[in-house]
Amino acid sequence: MPAEDRRKERLDRGIKARTEGLYAISSWREITYLLAPRAALVLGLLIAPAVVPGLYWQRVLGLAGVYALLAISFDFLAERVGLVCIGGAFMIGVGGYISGVLNYYFHLPLALTIPVGTFGGALICTLLWLPCLPLRGIYFAVVTFMFPFLAGSIILAGGLFRGTEGLSPIAGFPNIWVGVYLIIVLVLFAVFALRRLCGEDIGLVFAGIKDNDQAVLASAINITRVKVYALFIATVIGCFAGTFVAHFSGFVGLSLFAIDFTIMPIAACVMGGPGTIAGPAVGAFMLSPLSELLRGFGQLRVVLYCLVLVGFILYKPEGLLNWATRRYHQFEHWVKL
Amino acid sequence: MKQMDDGNEAIIKIRNIRKSFGGIMAVKDLSFDLFEGEVLGVIGPNGAGKTTIANIISGFLKPDFGDVFFRGKKLTGLPPYRVAELGVTRTFQVVRPYPSLKTYKSLIVPLWSPRARRFAGSRGGDRDAVAIDLLEEVGFERDAYVPYKLASALPLGYLKRLELARCLALRPEVIICDEVLSGLSMSEIASLIPLVERLHIKRVTLLMIEHRLRELFSVADRVIVVDFGTKIAEGVPEQVMEDERVKRAYLGEEVDL
Ligand SMILES: Nc1ncnc2c1ncn2[C@@H]1O[C@H](COP(=O)(O)OP(=O)(O)O)[C@@H](O)[C@H]1O
Ligand SMILES: [Mg+2]
Repeated sequence: MPAEDRRKERLDRGIKARTEGLYAISSWREITYLLAPRAALVLGLLIAPAVVPGLYWQRVLGLAGVYALLAISFDFLAERVGLVCIGGAFMIGVGGYISGVLNYYFHLPLALTIPVGTFGGALICTLLWLPCLPLRGIYFAVVTFMFPFLAGSIILAGGLFRGTEGLSPIAGFPNIWVGVYLIIVLVLFAVFALRRLCGEDIGLVFAGIKDNDQAVLASAINITRVKVYALFIATVIGCFAGTFVAHFSGFVGLSLFAIDFTIMPIAACVMGGPGTIAGPAVGAFMLSPLSELLRGFGQLRVVLYCLVLVGFILYKPEGLLNWATRRYHQFEHWVKL
Repeated sequence: MKQMDDGNEAIIKIRNIRKSFGGIMAVKDLSFDLFEGEVLGVIGPNGAGKTTIANIISGFLKPDFGDVFFRGKKLTGLPPYRVAELGVTRTFQVVRPYPSLKTYKSLIVPLWSPRARRFAGSRGGDRDAVAIDLLEEVGFERDAYVPYKLASALPLGYLKRLELARCLALRPEVIICDEVLSGLSMSEIASLIPLVERLHIKRVTLLMIEHRLRELFSVADRVIVVDFGTKIAEGVPEQVMEDERVKRAYLGEEVDL
């Protein structure tokens, strides 16, 4: 058909009607319509380790999971609670060092080092950042950004934990499959649990703090305390990622405080769709293999993150997942004139 | 409705509060009492310091000098959430909605507070239903879809009433209303007056900062007039408006009486 004789028509499917209430479960078609995107995410991530070529790419996938957890943690705090925390590297470092020290010096098994590193690390991060919680906006971001440098300098200056050499070897996972599937399952769990949490009553309070903290204060709610809950949840996720890095790479050292762990999750978040929780995870799984391809070029990876960051902020600020969601609920077809 | 509750103990006592902002005295040595169950009107020209008074009572500002007491307990120095926790709530003159939440969901925030949860009885579990009831109480149409809209889509009249609903969610003992009636249409005001009367019957104490004198005087038991941060007159509405200083303070401003 020649182009002049037709035009494109766009319909918005009734998103509200189709995704809420009885209608959503009224037929298999509707259920499929709702579940398909979720199933794609779950299946895609579960199949990935089995289909990637070889051990090297499985390791890349494991590391992508680390970035995904950090991106989820960043997204949750920034977009759902209004706390811009750019201390991803600090969470990795604290979680990793706790786990590493317990394993290297005390020979504790993974079944102990991982939980202790995760929750102990989260406790430490939360307590250290607690005094800064009343700070608004950029100030909290700046303070959290300083911490990895601070911790790195202290370890270096004090020659703690064998200083620049680092601790090695740290016990690894029984095999690569255990490691990769552990982190992938936890990424999926974090995505669904956090999205659920944000719909609960406490999630509404988080949203209230982001939208208007003064109104929450006037509602007889101690906002600092609520922010502490949120920060603890986010740092649990980040510190788990840290303990995972330690055992996955078999090494704990100053590289755990590397700036990559801070910047890359932000880029993944902006790329994947801020505020969607799932989007940043997807963004991380796309971005980190991409950056792995650039490994040979050294610092070029940071350039990639920055390009992605700037590009998406300028040209697609809604991010991939928000865009895809909109397209999914839209329906385009050609109409004959 | 217009009678003084003489035998009553003051529920809120304000003693010699003073607040300056970089040389500007917003509130200057102000003292007054708020009696339990009364509706006290606070009037005064723009910039008289009325909002500053509300901010000091509710803990959002610390006075440079002086104290506020609630049932004999000192409020000054407490953070705003502690003041609200005790039952002294306030609305904001510049409304503070949560733009990303549906209107009825924004009431889940106060309903989640420890104070509201303490009061929640058998229906405590269903906060959504309580939220819808509260919105109806402040005059949202029950069957309309307004409560399900995002708060960012609501006109000012609804947002002002949402401010009131947030206070009511806390089962307050005192509500400080900072110009809730301004910006409302006549019919919206007419729908709020019965609410004020109901609260009065329930012996909720109201401090109403208002510009709308006619509507205020129809519900207020007592009025104080502030100008340049000090109290220039106090008494029943008719008596206050006869005061020479009050007339002078309002001269040049529209007095719709
Ligand atoms: N946060 C502030 N910083 C500086 N000046 C303020 C602040 N809040 C109020 N003021 C000043 O204090 C005076 C009283 O303000 P306000 O209490 O808002 O008056 P009203 O509510 O009676 O109109 C005004 O002159 C105002 O400019
Ligand atoms: Mg004012």
